[in-house]
Amino acid sequence: MNLDFTEEQEMLRTSARDFLTTECPKTLVRELEESEKGYSPELWKKMAELGWMGLVIPDKYDGMGMQFMDLAVLLEEMGRNILPGPFFSTVVLGALPILSAGSEEQKKEILPKIAGGKAILTMALTEPSATYEASGVHTKAVARGNSFILNGTKLFVENAHIADYIICVTRTKDGASPEEGITLFLVDAKSPGIKCAVIPTIALDKQCEVVFENVSVPKKNMLGELDKGWPLVARTLEQATMAKCAEMIGGAQAALDMTVAYAKERVQYGRPIGAFQAIQFYLSDMWMKVTMSKNITYEAVWMVSEGLPCTEKVAIAKGWVNDAYKFVTERGVQVHGAIGTTRDHDMGLYYRRAWAADQTFGNTDFQREVVARQMGL
Amino acid sequence: MDLGFTEEQEMLRTTARDFLEKECPKSLVKEMAEDEKGYTPELWRKMAELGWMGLAFPEEYGGMGMSFIDLAVLLEEMGRACLPGPFFSTVVLCGFTILEAGNEEQKREFLPKIANGDLILALALTEPSARYDPASIQIKAVPKGDDYLISGTKLFVENAHIADYIICVTRTKNGASPEEGITIFLVDGGSAGISTTLLKTIAGDKQCEVIFDNVRVPKKNMLGELNKGWGVVEKLLEKATAALCAQMVGGAQAALDMSIAYAKERVQFGRPIGSFQAIQHYCANMVTDVDGSKYVTYEAAWKVSNGLPATMEVSMAKAWVSEAYRRVTLLGHQIHGSIGFCMDHDMPLYFKRAKAAEPTFGDADWHREVVAKQLGL
Amino acid sequence: MDFRFAEEEERFREEVRAFLKKEVTEEFLMGLEDRGELDFSREFTKKLAEKGWLAMAWPKEYGGGGATMMEQLIFNEEIGYFQAPTGAHRQGINLIGPTIIAHGTEEQKRRHLRGITAGEVVWCQGFSEPNAGSDLASLQCRAVEEGDDYLITGQKVWTTNAHRADWCHLLARTDPEAPKHRGISYFLVDMKSPGITVRPLINMVAAHDFNEVFLDNVRVPKENMVGDKNQGWYVSQVTLAGERSQIGLPSSCKRTLEGLVEYVKETKRNGEPLAHNPIVRRKLAEMAVEIEVNRMIAYRVAWMQHKGLIPMVAAPASKLFGSELLQRLTGIGMEIMGLYGQLELGSKWAPLRGAMARMHMYSLGIAIAMGTNEIMRNILAIRGLGLPRA
Repeated sequence: MNLDFTEEQEMLRTSARDFLTTECPKTLVRELEESEKGYSPELWKKMAELGWMGLVIPDKYDGMGMQFMDLAVLLEEMGRNILPGPFFSTVVLGALPILSAGSEEQKKEILPKIAGGKAILTMALTEPSATYEASGVHTKAVARGNSFILNGTKLFVENAHIADYIICVTRTKDGASPEEGITLFLVDAKSPGIKCAVIPTIALDKQCEVVFENVSVPKKNMLGELDKGWPLVARTLEQATMAKCAEMIGGAQAALDMTVAYAKERVQYGRPIGAFQAIQFYLSDMWMKVTMSKNITYEAVWMVSEGLPCTEKVAIAKGWVNDAYKFVTERGVQVHGAIGTTRDHDMGLYYRRAWAADQTFGNTDFQREVVARQMGL
Repeated sequence: MDLGFTEEQEMLRTTARDFLEKECPKSLVKEMAEDEKGYTPELWRKMAELGWMGLAFPEEYGGMGMSFIDLAVLLEEMGRACLPGPFFSTVVLCGFTILEAGNEEQKREFLPKIANGDLILALALTEPSARYDPASIQIKAVPKGDDYLISGTKLFVENAHIADYIICVTRTKNGASPEEGITIFLVDGGSAGISTTLLKTIAGDKQCEVIFDNVRVPKKNMLGELNKGWGVVEKLLEKATAALCAQMVGGAQAALDMSIAYAKERVQFGRPIGSFQAIQHYCANMVTDVDGSKYVTYEAAWKVSNGLPATMEVSMAKAWVSEAYRRVTLLGHQIHGSIGFCMDHDMPLYFKRAKAAEPTFGDADWHREVVAKQLGL
Repeated sequence: MDFRFAEEEERFREEVRAFLKKEVTEEFLMGLEDRGELDFSREFTKKLAEKGWLAMAWPKEYGGGGATMMEQLIFNEEIGYFQAPTGAHRQGINLIGPTIIAHGTEEQKRRHLRGITAGEVVWCQGFSEPNAGSDLASLQCRAVEEGDDYLITGQKVWTTNAHRADWCHLLARTDPEAPKHRGISYFLVDMKSPGITVRPLINMVAAHDFNEVFLDNVRVPKENMVGDKNQGWYVSQVTLAGERSQIGLPSSCKRTLEGLVEYVKETKRNGEPLAHNPIVRRKLAEMAVEIEVNRMIAYRVAWMQHKGLIPMVAAPASKLFGSELLQRLTGIGMEIMGLYGQLELGSKWAPLRGAMARMHMYSLGIAIAMGTNEIMRNILAIRGLGLPRA
């Protein structure tokens, strides 16, 4: 057993932290929240130069050939700093499923572009029913000649408005179970018939409604097998859930650090408020939630990274981290008092992201039900 | 609107508190937890002399003609004193059933005796399914000549071992719905075929397993109409639940009072522990819970007392008070530290009663479900 | 990172598990219950000693097994899971032994360590007093020099197993003039000494675990002082040296949860298994999450110790969380059982032998013993996060 990060991982963490502190200050975060695109092409280019987009892409596709565990380290720092933009959707929701199920041709075409920062991707999975279950997929893909014709509405698709490719999860057959008959397509985002609108969300993270109206996709753009796409979605969801947890623990730690610093500095009744027992109890509970979130996240990330069965552990982690991140940012605002409730204060940035992340890839009730099933209930 | 108690009610409270402090010290409470009967006939007699058993019965049946809310005041004081014995089962569970469903003859026969303290009664409602819904009533009553024969098992029947009469809720028909076919009988506790076994419970209250083996009950002992007993039970449960909430509120207030007194007196680190913010906040949370419990209980009791529809209010009260009483006693224990963990201490009396009261007449989840239904869900 | 145990560690776990499965049977535990010694068995402790597991992580030179912290963790995890009795050796192995190793004289080591590693001598801890609980340093028990001895007079309270122990390690004031932390010394006291009276304190579960201990001019030879005079407070801090993950709490909770899962699967309410009830499912799943979270922080504590670091914050956090988890889990257990939850041991109707209510009440004590959860939160805030003292 070894519960430490490797030296390389620690170095990755330090350089990521330094880079993001310099290149992505909170002023930029706020600016990008309000911008239409939601990311900075300059920053995106610099990240590509650091090799971040290709971190987990094998060398032969111009990547760095590192592991999911390494990616998690990077994501933790991105969550800590709050990095707006399409890194998550491109790498986690785009590169990873292509790596898992893409044909050699698809990999050769797209992965080097991703690694080079030249392609932005996203996955269109959820629909107005807003569930992450196979039964929620109604967007139809019907074969016609050498193509499939896609029709339907996808909702909560991050960065679709700037994406070059959209991996669309469709229904190609009504099977005996909802998991049957799911097929994934790599759709050129410029294809005629795609309409995309950004929806204003709590974290201003550029989630979109994407309407597919008779969108024609060549058969060769099918990702994985016909009708058997659900296991790929499930695998991607496991990876994405843990990637999200990694981001969340970074954010939770940042919210805790800010709050501890404030409690030491803010003076009331002639002493720092951190000397009051009530504040100390809040902070020790926050510390516990953050530390436990990290431990549980690392365990599940490691299992994903090793390719071990991890359905239960992933659900355990996400359910716990959801609550912990919300708790920490809510208490964080409480300790900061009125100042923490202002739109200009950084605590709010984290608070809003905690609530956005809570629902992404399944909220706590959803995860608890997964755990219950895994327990044999 | 008048949210205060009347002068008479305040007087009743004061006399009850004084009386119980003197006549029912905690030493007696602890003794009765170990005692087989679970009550002392002397105290029972004195309570009867004060008119408590007949408090809420009409004068024509030997009662004092006071209201349910008056009774709630008394029950609150009983909860505060942890009064052991068969008051609740005799007066609330059985007295009210007879008053509600009995014919004139039955009322004339039983109510004055209850008011005089000459009778102890028990309600045999729950069975091994341990639920409070009509489908749970499985025990059979079959007509035979001028009698009915009752066979089956009742569980969690308080004071059945000392009861002169047991009111037994039986199934006489398998109707279209579970509510149909329920009939209530007044069974002589000494009838052949009844065997009672005391259950060992945390609160040391005298709950019993009662086995009816072809117990013969004359038809004239039917309470209310054949097959239509569930309406009576439903109404009774509403009253009993409100009454139990009143008892619980009294207990919660006592646990709070004790904890505050201890926080003022116990010195650690050179000062009373009540001067520490953590303890102060515990007390603040406790008093919030106690007050919240009181007001929601009083509202429910008032509605019951005035014969208004009270299903929603009673369920809101029980859902809230069940958890609040538990929280209050848990914090009380935390404030008391090790001393509160001793059997000789009074704190465990309240903790155990809080835990015992939680599932009685439905736990918080059960009542939340009732509230949800009332909301039209 | 690598969350796998090594193969030989897994083999060791299997060996421990097989042993416990054989020894800690339902009948064995019920036998202890009947004797009112739920967590106390000299025989079982001796068996562990014979296996070489009792002091497995102690240095070999003191009769230990020289095992790693991770091996100790595995052992403690299994002991916790089987809810095996540790009362007869906990004090000796975790507290007094390490203190003597760190601060004791050669003579003290020769005299006391073997009895502990062999599982023959039971120790109790005389720290708390009626007016010194969380504020332990304000203790009043006095030790006065007389010739080659000290005469100790005072009262100790919450002394677990005092009525069963052979020896007591206790703190007494040797300099009443000094600031409160600096006038305390650490003594080893033979419980058979004249002047000691042990009076039982029955806890709310109606069990006799702890006691009041009255000391009336108890004569203790000077050679029984551990460390220097007036240094007892600092000597007592070494008692933090043993394995501190508190893994036993989550692993015992895991066993309890498994019992509850079985219970809800086989218990029907009006024809429907409780396991189908969404509220029951959510509650039990929540507990599975918390147990896993607790296990991971406990692993982290052991890991830090394994590497020679002091888990200054993680260790109190694990105890704090574990005790509150036990409270929640057993509370939820009682809730799910409904009216049956209130039944105590010895009723044929009581599910899981009535253990749930008893464990729930015990959990109140665990949130208080060995540093209340409030003190734990203060430690976390001040030592871990660097917040100023109140």
